[in-house]
Amino acid sequence: MTSTAITAGTEPVFHLEEEHAHAEGGSTMLGFWLYLMSDCLIFAMLFAAYGVLGGNYAAGPAPKDLFDLDLVAVNTAMLLFSSITYGFAMLTMDKGRVAATQAWLAVTGLFGLAFLSIELYEFAHMIHEGATPQRSAFLSSFFTLVGTHGLHVTFGTIWLVTLMVQVARFGLIEANRRRLMCLSMFWHFLDVVWIGVFTFVYLMGMLR
Amino acid sequence: MSAHNHAEGHGHAHGGAAHGSFRGYLTGFVLSAILTAIPFWLVMTGAIDNKQATAIVIMAFAVVQIVVHMIFFLHMNTGSEGGWSMLALIFTLILVVIVLTGSLWVMYHLNANMMPGLHDMREMP
Repeated sequence: MTSTAITAGTEPVFHLEEEHAHAEGGSTMLGFWLYLMSDCLIFAMLFAAYGVLGGNYAAGPAPKDLFDLDLVAVNTAMLLFSSITYGFAMLTMDKGRVAATQAWLAVTGLFGLAFLSIELYEFAHMIHEGATPQRSAFLSSFFTLVGTHGLHVTFGTIWLVTLMVQVARFGLIEANRRRLMCLSMFWHFLDVVWIGVFTFVYLMGMLR
Repeated sequence: MSAHNHAEGHGHAHGGAAHGSFRGYLTGFVLSAILTAIPFWLVMTGAIDNKQATAIVIMAFAVVQIVVHMIFFLHMNTGSEGGWSMLALIFTLILVVIVLTGSLWVMYHLNANMMPGLHDMREMP
């Protein structure tokens, strides 16, 4: 009797009846935050490696011989400026002003490129002086840590340009707003990591 | 329950909750600039004679600046995403602290005890 009731009656229900429809991308921000936390763990490992190996110079150059704090200060300023200009981009995005958003994104991208150029100049200068990643454990861990951060900034800049193209083509639609908010978190997160880098690597390196 | 979740999703979809204000961003920027400038100045001029004291001070500044960034730029608070992002953050911070202090502590003692030449062998039993 029951089997005929099922086949003849309604289909079996396998979900909660009061379950509501999820808005598209409703959980994206939390998911992206979790990704950032896992990225944070990668950096924690690299910081730990640098902390352990940072004193092993193998009779090679030490932080005092290599680091130029003025350059690092300029670099830090570039990243900090790019953080606030990205903030302004988000504020203009909230108001729906496409041109202003694009302009602030472009300024952010330029600060990002300035940061990368200065960092690459610093790396090139160090390698030219013979302070290559192969020289000592200190330099291996230094290039791994700072290079990974620089790689993140590089991908962030590529992402930023991609989103500028997206906004130019489709405007500030819901999906683009969500993507811009994800990049906002990524960009500010990189600035947070840089605080650790300039404190732990550069400033404390000069104190050794 | 479902009405509450729907309202929350609605708010996020329109980006009302997760954004700062002009004032918030500016406050964060000014605080960060100050918190960056002071440690650089301390190290560049050697204002504190004791190196260990300088290191502790600049690390304290870094921690404060990270908190400033979290609040003003990343808009972290206990309420965002129903508390899940704060929970994830706390869990990550615990892991980071374990990894960093554990590595430094263990490896420092290994170095101190294993490095040849640091010990006077005559004092060994």
